[in-house]
Amino acid sequence: MRVTVRLFARLRDIAGNGELTREAPAGADVHAVWASLVADYPELSAYEKSISCAVNADYSRFSAAVAEGDEIAFLPPVSGG
Amino acid sequence: MPPLTAITTARLDQDAIVSALDTTGIGAVSVFLGLVRDHNKGRRVLHLEYEAYEPLALRGLDLIVTEAFAKWPAVRLAMHHRIGRMEIGDASVVIAAASPHRADAFAASRYAIERIKQIVPIWKHEYFEGGDVWIEGATADPDNAVAREEALRIACA
Repeated sequence: MRVTVRLFARLRDIAGNGELTREAPAGADVHAVWASLVADYPELSAYEKSISCAVNADYSRFSAAVAEGDEIAFLPPVSGG
Repeated sequence: MPPLTAITTARLDQDAIVSALDTTGIGAVSVFLGLVRDHNKGRRVLHLEYEAYEPLALRGLDLIVTEAFAKWPAVRLAMHHRIGRMEIGDASVVIAAASPHRADAFAASRYAIERIKQIVPIWKHEYFEGGDVWIEGATADPDNAVAREEALRIACA
């Protein structure tokens, strides 16, 4: 299945793009999508413990299942204000 | 009437944000401005660029309004966060808290800025003399009860 990945701030800089289309196997969870990104962009691995994730613009968990067409966002530690 | 919460590239207008609040029965409005500071951790800051995951950032602001209402039912909150490039002295965030009495207006305003820094997906890219860096603060998790308690503790100190 095909999902859209959104990356922000330093994560976007590492991948060189803030929006990627990725293939994920049926039954994949958010973590599997992250792991496939890390395989392509090893520098992302430094963020393994500090990122948050969102599915379709709602905070989610790495164990959440993803579906065809989902927008999966990976968020480095935030710094608004 | 302006919306209570917004993520915008436009210059923030504190009077307009205050005017978003219904002031029926209100005796105090606390307005907080967050400004772009000219220094950070010993660096001379030249300007900042803010980025947001806009739909989720807006949801985050709305969640903070809901949380504040649960704690201070008489308080009304409006919060606008600016994104994009900002110069030194520009307001990046405006929080207006209206309440029948001043104590709750101050507390809710402080709670709101602490929660923005914890859970709203916005990032600042700092351009300083000699380089640039993405500022990374808190791992965002609205369900983290410890973080929420900490924001309440600071607000009520």
